[in-house]
Amino acid sequence: MKGRTVLVPEQGTAGSSKPLLVEGEGRRRVRRIRELVIEGGLLVAALVSVATTTMILAVLVVESLGFFDTVSLYDFLTDTLWTPLFDDPHYGILPLLAGTIVTSMVGLLVAIPIGTVSAMYLSEFASPRVREIIKPVLELLGAVPTVVYGYFALLVVTPALQWIWPDLPGFNMLGPGIVIGIMILPLVISLSEDAMRAVPMMLREGSYAMGATHLETAWRVVVPAATSGIVAAYVLGISRAVGETMVVAIAAGQNPNLTWNPMEPAATITAYIVQVALGDLPHGSIGYRSIFAAGLVLAMMTFTFNILGHVMRKRFREVY
Amino acid sequence: MIKRRKYAEALFKVLGLSSLALAVGTLALLFGALVVHGIGRLDWQFLTSFPSRHASQAGILPAVVGSTLVMLVTACAGIPVGVAAGIYLEEYAKRTWFTELIEVTVTNLAGVPSIIFGLLALGLFVYMLGLGASILTAGLTLALLILPVVIVTTREAIRAVPVHIREAAFALGATRWQTVADHVLPYSAAGILTGIILALSRAIGETAPIVTVGALTFVAFLPPAPITSQPPYLSFEWLMSPFTVMPIQMFAWVSRPGEDFAANAAAAGLLLVGMTLTMNGLAIYVRYRMRKRVFW
Repeated sequence: MKGRTVLVPEQGTAGSSKPLLVEGEGRRRVRRIRELVIEGGLLVAALVSVATTTMILAVLVVESLGFFDTVSLYDFLTDTLWTPLFDDPHYGILPLLAGTIVTSMVGLLVAIPIGTVSAMYLSEFASPRVREIIKPVLELLGAVPTVVYGYFALLVVTPALQWIWPDLPGFNMLGPGIVIGIMILPLVISLSEDAMRAVPMMLREGSYAMGATHLETAWRVVVPAATSGIVAAYVLGISRAVGETMVVAIAAGQNPNLTWNPMEPAATITAYIVQVALGDLPHGSIGYRSIFAAGLVLAMMTFTFNILGHVMRKRFREVY
Repeated sequence: MIKRRKYAEALFKVLGLSSLALAVGTLALLFGALVVHGIGRLDWQFLTSFPSRHASQAGILPAVVGSTLVMLVTACAGIPVGVAAGIYLEEYAKRTWFTELIEVTVTNLAGVPSIIFGLLALGLFVYMLGLGASILTAGLTLALLILPVVIVTTREAIRAVPVHIREAAFALGATRWQTVADHVLPYSAAGILTGIILALSRAIGETAPIVTVGALTFVAFLPPAPITSQPPYLSFEWLMSPFTVMPIQMFAWVSRPGEDFAANAAAAGLLLVGMTLTMNGLAIYVRYRMRKRVFW
């Protein structure tokens, strides 16, 4: 305490009768100004996130408007070819969209069953000791750089799949899809486990009292009660899978290809952005703008999934 | 009847354990493959050489230096802003629509795919502000990317400090900032540190946004040194230098055909995985220690 003896409360102003020991008026003003400056500085820091969101939207929309000056929205949504860098350019987003959807679907087919069963096991059956070990391990796995997963997809998983299906091409959507599934598994498990653990003990005890087994309680009581939280976990997993870049850029191939067959190679929206960014397109050219239009589509998809996921997560929190 | 239900129960336990084992085991297998492919290349020569057309002479030195410098910029820009924003939201902000707006944008940014941050940086930093494909651009991009992580963990750490600590400080006449700086921050420092480590470990492995801003994939030089022999002894030229980072070097090697380059990629991957796992392990350890030392 640096000798700041204060006997009056902060509200006491110059007009009030003065006690014997008062902090100087000037000093108090300095202190108040300093507080205001600090609060202002902190507010500015908090506003950076608002500014970032606004700038993301602004950059994507402005550059996309430039893109749609040349390309009609109708062609963009209906053309089945995406060849912006060719002499005969076509700008149909469908092939890229199909690639994104197929790789994400394969990922979900891996992540949802394994993730849900694992989360049920962790939440309802596992001993606290197992849980204490598994949860940090999952957290560690979620932190592995995605480019490393890309390496796995191209050089480990695809060769393994070729061993089963010898005529699978070196670039295909199946391998990266499976790897994406493994990659989003930690997220799906930990979010749906959170949702199941949030179900009050009371409901389980009621079910046990009626003679239900552990499994019956888990399946008929806990999972239904946690549905919105579990679905939220899936939705956030989808959002992550859709935005995943390096795995597909490395292992799914670079050719836009309108197909729903995961055994074929195809580029995704994210892979196309990487492909163009690696080349040296002049600023302002149509090819340069096309990555922003593709990015806008991607951003709208993930925004939608994120909002949906968060609304559902909020709902499961408020029920009890 | 009861027997069948018990049987189903036992069956599910096996199913649950095996699905967990499948998840963890597959990953263990993948990392095993990484070690087998890469460990042979991971030596001193690899760490201190420049990239080369000959896979066996190639090294990762420019990428390591680039990653270090980019992380320096990211830490200097991202951490103060993130922590300050966290303090504002937790200690100062009143419950208004405006605060709500800030919170929504933070949650939303956390879910934006990293490549979108790359597009933002390409439009804003590279062209609008004219910073080019430089270390500064990459550092700032990653700073924006880790902002939500830093903010969220800072808030959680601050929220864990009991209200009565603040009330005691206020009762002794401390101002809000004095309370925060002298009491709340020291008590939550370990939690905030955990968040910072996690955020930086995420940033160091990010590839997509850095590719998008136009990092090079073949860099055979180092950025200018930050310390010079002439006064004023400090140089900031490196901020504007072209660069590469470790994940991009790995990406470049993965994309090249040939066993030798695949081995280089695996070695770079090992280095990356080692670094992120060490950082995460450290963060988990700090959090564990902190949980043990709670004294209120």
